[in-house]
Formats: sequence, structure tokens, C-alpha cells
Amino acid sequence: MTTIVERHKKLERNVTLLGLAAFAAVTVGGIVEIAPLFWIDNTIEKVEGMRPYTPLEQAGRDIYIREGCYNCHSQMIRPFRDEVERYGHYSLAAESMYDHPFQWGSKRTGPDLARVGNRYSDEWHVQHLKDPRSLVPESIMPTYAHLAEHELNAGDMTAELRTLYQVGVPYSPDDIAKANDDLKVQAQADGDATDLKKRYPKAQARDFDGDPKRLTEMDALVAYLQMLGTLVDVNAPAAQEALAKEKGR
Amino acid sequence: MESALKRSGLWLAGLLIAVLACAAAVDTGFAIHMGIVGLACIIGLIVTLRGLDLSRAILSPDQGRYDDDVIRWGVIATVFWGMAGFLVGLIIALQLALPVLNLGLEWTAFGRLRPLHTSAVIFAFGGNALIATSFYVVQRTCRARLAFPGLARFVFWGYQLFIVLAATGYLLGITQAKEYAEPEWYVDIWLTIVWVAYLAVFVGTIIKRTEPHIYVANWFYLSFIITVAMLHIVNNLNWPVSFVGSRSFPVFAGVQGALVQWWYGHNAVGFFLTAGFLAMMYYFVPKQAERPIFSYRLSIIHFWALIFLYIWAGPHHLHYTALPDWAQTLGMVFSVMLWMPSWGGMINGLMTLNGAWDKVRTDPIIRMMVMALAFYGMSTFEGPMMSIKSVNSLSHYTDWTIGHVHSGALGWNGMITFACVYYMVPRLWAKPRLYSLRMVNWHFWLATVGIVFYASSMWVAGITQGLMWREYGADGYLVNSFAETVLALKPMYFLRAFGGLLFLSGAVVMTVNVWRTILGHQRDEAPMRDAAFDPAKDRPLVAVAA
Repeated sequence: MTTIVERHKKLERNVTLLGLAAFAAVTVGGIVEIAPLFWIDNTIEKVEGMRPYTPLEQAGRDIYIREGCYNCHSQMIRPFRDEVERYGHYSLAAESMYDHPFQWGSKRTGPDLARVGNRYSDEWHVQHLKDPRSLVPESIMPTYAHLAEHELNAGDMTAELRTLYQVGVPYSPDDIAKANDDLKVQAQADGDATDLKKRYPKAQARDFDGDPKRLTEMDALVAYLQMLGTLVDVNAPAAQEALAKEKGR
Repeated sequence: MESALKRSGLWLAGLLIAVLACAAAVDTGFAIHMGIVGLACIIGLIVTLRGLDLSRAILSPDQGRYDDDVIRWGVIATVFWGMAGFLVGLIIALQLALPVLNLGLEWTAFGRLRPLHTSAVIFAFGGNALIATSFYVVQRTCRARLAFPGLARFVFWGYQLFIVLAATGYLLGITQAKEYAEPEWYVDIWLTIVWVAYLAVFVGTIIKRTEPHIYVANWFYLSFIITVAMLHIVNNLNWPVSFVGSRSFPVFAGVQGALVQWWYGHNAVGFFLTAGFLAMMYYFVPKQAERPIFSYRLSIIHFWALIFLYIWAGPHHLHYTALPDWAQTLGMVFSVMLWMPSWGGMINGLMTLNGAWDKVRTDPIIRMMVMALAFYGMSTFEGPMMSIKSVNSLSHYTDWTIGHVHSGALGWNGMITFACVYYMVPRLWAKPRLYSLRMVNWHFWLATVGIVFYASSMWVAGITQGLMWREYGADGYLVNSFAETVLALKPMYFLRAFGGLLFLSGAVVMTVNVWRTILGHQRDEAPMRDAAFDPAKDRPLVAVAA
């Protein structure tokens, strides 16, 4: 023991050595745990169906982030019988591979939303966001009626998609160039969304907020909620095979 | 004179940049923020032009005294932001019990106020306490005045600007949506600059020391400053959509993003709220108890073990998620191991009272410190327990986590900070004693009972909800809908808010006490024990010219 105390005196008398030693001590854990995730193959299993968000969905996601929905809603279903029965198939790593940032959450004051898409009608979502207690009397969610009143002011979606491309989301040059038009087309009841759907498979195009004359924040948020968890067909044979290879959970 | 001109020029340049950025802004939030920055520059300019910043402390300092200006401001800021943070906490606690209190306004909804609460208590209250106490402790344990006094003032005011930008940002909906790392890219860059200046002042003062050894409290402060810099920079690697807009996207996505965030998030707890506050404990507990630290060897071992092990524990926030299993298990194992060095700190603090345990009865400040260490010990046992995967499968996503966090934050961080404030205020403002030690006792009991209400109601709420979610009937179906579990928690949410109200009332008592002490008042009351103070000895060692 004396030797430890004696040796430690060197560190205690030299702030440079002390600082370097402390920095060395705190870097090890991060390097060992985080760095491998970027090159180990089985971090994210490849699954069919994943695609980047459409501009309207991304604009809805921006609103989800702005309002801090992650404070009460998770987007990560754990592989337990009760969770799978309540929310649907457990979440796969690939399903959030284009999420900058991830929105897994840490608290379920409200239910998980990872697979909420297509579970309720657009009308239900609009009514629920405007006045949650009119549909779920026990709910303690704040009201978001203002979303239906605000025009969607998403800014320049081309710039936003280009930034996402720069951090690794595989948008095509076509996607980026057409982003502002795509945004409007997807929220129209009678728009021609053929091109959009070709580039973004399974994209849902319609008027979401029940007010076809206006493009509101409600349109964008409901479009985002309605696509959550709908891209990957977890029951497809290929997805099941990928899942079977996944160890540990 | 020349330097005043130079500084005015800098303020004008800052103002010009802020005005240009405000005019070019692509979103209103960014424009408002640049307006705030411009306002800060105008205030700085006025102060410079009126010669107010050229205090004697910078120009012709009294080398025979410690540089305590920044510390006095820091103590006031700690009390102010504490009150603000606790009040917002009470409001959001009530919002969960009575959703009508969200007021239907976008700026006052729970989702925007909750980050305001967490950042206000962690970074504004805790951060100011850390800056103030670290400057207090490093000067006294090094027997030297602060290095770079101008930079120290920049650290304080720069940090307040960071707080104001972060807080207003949340209300405006400017957020990265990563817990405890919500501020957007430009606020992050600003904090990085302030933090590097903080490191320079702290290390500079240690280099100036007249004591041969660096005291153990300073090891903890140093590791806290260095590690927080590393965590903050890596977790906030973002790409802005526009350089004149608030929105940015993190470079990490999905699984990698989640682990980087919780590597950050857990060590915000580990280094901001643990290492930094242990540093406070290592100075103020021995001073108030008037006893030396229990074991020097234990402090060496538990310091290195604590900082080495803490950094591994992040993945326990991601149990049973899509994070690879090996990372989860590694996180769990290290979290359990972390229990030992955490208790090393508690033991070293509590055993310092060996031979002085009677002071728990007679000295209300010691009583607060002991309660802080007891809560530290309790929550650092609860934490490793909750990181065990099978326990976590029940506790995760429930209010148990919230209860755990608050027994640490209110009990450990809150109590030790209050004790340090009570210790420092009479000494910093050169008063014979606090306005009232009996009010410290009132504060102690209000806070303690408040925490008990808070933690126990959240334990019950968390375990209730966890069990209700997984409850199956004899028919093989889930018994409860989600909405039913929400309803079941309502009484617990009221009890929690009541606990929060008690804790806030205690802080009000502290505010009055600190305020009146600074004014020089002394309450007429039966005396209680307090640590002795000799102002003549509270001085740096000055080299005598040969």
C-alpha cells in the first residue's frame, strides 16, 4: 500500500500528469464500447423496406422533436411478450438507422409509438392531438390544437435533405432537388404522387388533417405518426431470417 | 485605457455579428437568440464604457486576499437558478397530475418545460454550484489567487449566457431532442469555448499553487472538467442545416447515436453530478466537521476506480433495446462494479465524522452533509441494482427511474450544495455568522421530508406501472390497457408534487436566509454549533520579495 501512495505522489505534484492520467482513464470505456459499433457487421442487420423519410414525414418528425414528444413516448419495443402484444413486433436496429437523432426515449408516460402507424385513422389522430381527453378520458397528454392552426413552415426542405445526406442518409440527387415539391404533393388529397411513391415506397399521400385547403403542422405530424413502423414487413421471410440470426435478445 | 478601448471594440464586433446573424436568420428562434446575444453585447459594452468591469480585483488586486468576486456571483446564481429549476419542476409535476395546467399553449406544454426543468437544475443550479465551489476550493487548497482573473469572469458570465440561450430555446422549441443535451449546435459551440476557458483558469490556478500537493478535491474537479469537455464535444457533433438557422442534425444515427447519447447521458451524471460534487464533499465536509479526511489511501483508490468504471456504464440505459447484447452486458457488469468506488466516496465522507458524530446533533450544516452522503450511498446502491437486466426489464420506462434520479439529485446534489452555500456565504461576505442556523434546520427537515415523499411515491408508481403493463389474466390476455395504468398513477403524482412543494419551500427558506445574511442581519435566536472561522488565516501565501 505504501508503494501506491508513494507512486501516487508523482501524479499529485504534477497537474499535467494528473490530467493526462485522468483523461486516459476516462477514454478507455468509450473506445471499447462505442467504436466497435461502427464496424461490427451485426450491429444493424439488413432488412427489406427501410428507406429515408419523405420531406413531409421529416417535417413531421421535426415537429415531434420540437414539441419534445420523446419526453413521454418511447420508440423502442423490447422483446417481451407483453410489449410485443401491446405494441407489435419488437424494434429492429435497422428501423432507426436513418434517425438523426434516434428517438428511442427513456420514459413511457404515454405508450410506445414505434409501430403506431396505420393503427388509428387520421381523424382519430387529429382529434386526439387537439383534445386527448375527448378520446381517452384518463389521458394526461397536453393539447396540441395549435398544430392544426399553424401553416406548415418547414423552411427549405432541399437544404434539410442535403444536410441529412451529408450525415449519411442515402437521399438521391432527385429526392433532394424535388424536396419542396414532394412536401406539398404528399399532403394533397388529389395530387399526383406516383413519382413520390416510386422514390419512397409505401409513402402515404393524402390530406391528413381534414382540412384539404391548407398544409398545416398537423398534416406533417400525422403523416409522420402514420408511417412509424410501417416500412419493414417484420413477418416477411427475409426479415424473419435476419431476426433468427440476431443473438441475445 | 487602451485595453478598455480594445474590449469595447470586441463588444461592438460581437454586436455587429449578432445583428447580421439576426437579420439573415432563416427561422424566428435563431433570430430571437441572436437578439439575446446582441443584448448581452450591449450590456457588456455599457459596462466597459462606464469602467465598471475594471474592478480593483483585476487592475490592482490585493495579492493578500483570495479572488472571490466570481464566487460571490456564483453563489447568488446557484440560489437563483435553484429556485427557478425547482419551481419549474413543481409545475411539471403538477401538469402530470392535472393536465389542464399545460394551458393549451405551445410554450408551456410538458414536452417543452421538462427539458427546461432538467437543464435548470443540472446545468444552471448544479453548474453554478460547481463553478463557484471549484474556484473557492482551488484557491484555498492551493493557497493561491485565481489565475487569469479576467477569464474567470468570462467563464461566469459566458456560462450564464449559455443558460439563458438554452432555456429560452426550449420554450421556443429549439432542441436536439437528446436528453440533457438539448441545446442546439451554436449554443453547444459557445459552451465549448466557455468550458475551455474554465479548464484554463482551473489548471492555471493549480500551476500557481504554493502547496506542494494537489488536494484530492482538485483531482475530482479536474477529471470532471476534462471528461465533461470530451462528452459534450463528441455527443454534439452536429451538422447545421444553415449557419444562420437553429436546426442541425447529429452525425450519429440510430444504434450508434443511442449509445453515444447514453455514454454522454450517464456520465453527465457520473462526472457532472458525481465527480464534481464529490470534490465539494472532499473540501467542505472536513472543513465543517473540523476533522481531516478519513482515509487518504481510500481517496486514491476510489478516485481512479470511479472515473475509470463510470464511463462504461452508459449502455444500462439501453437494456433490451436494439443495441447489441454484448454492449448491454458490458454496461451492466461495469454498473454493478461501480457500486464499490461509489461507496468508497460515501465511506470516506461519513467516516470523516469519526470522533465528531455529536455534531450531527448540534450542527445543522453537518446534518445536511450527512444526509447528502446517505442519499448518495442509497442512490448509488439503487443504480447498480436497476442496471441488472432483469430488474431493468421492470423499472425501465417507468417512474422508478424518475424516483431514482431524484433521490440522487435532491438528496445528494441538492443537500450537499445547500450545505456548501451555507458554509461559504458568511465567509464570502465577511459576516460573523449566518442570519439563522435554526432556519438551516428548517430547510433540512423540509427538504428531507420532501425527498421521502418524492422518492417513495415514485417507487410505488414505477413498480405499479411496471407490473400492470406485464399483468396477464387467467384467460391469457393482457389485463390492463395503457390508459388504465395512467389512471392508477394519479394519486402518486399528487404525492410527488407535494414532496416537490416541500423541497421548494425549503429552498425558499434558504433564499431568505442567504439574502438576510448578505444584508448583514442576524436573527436573534438560541445559538447552534457552527465551524469556527478565522478570516486572518483565509489568505493565499504571498512570496516575500527577497
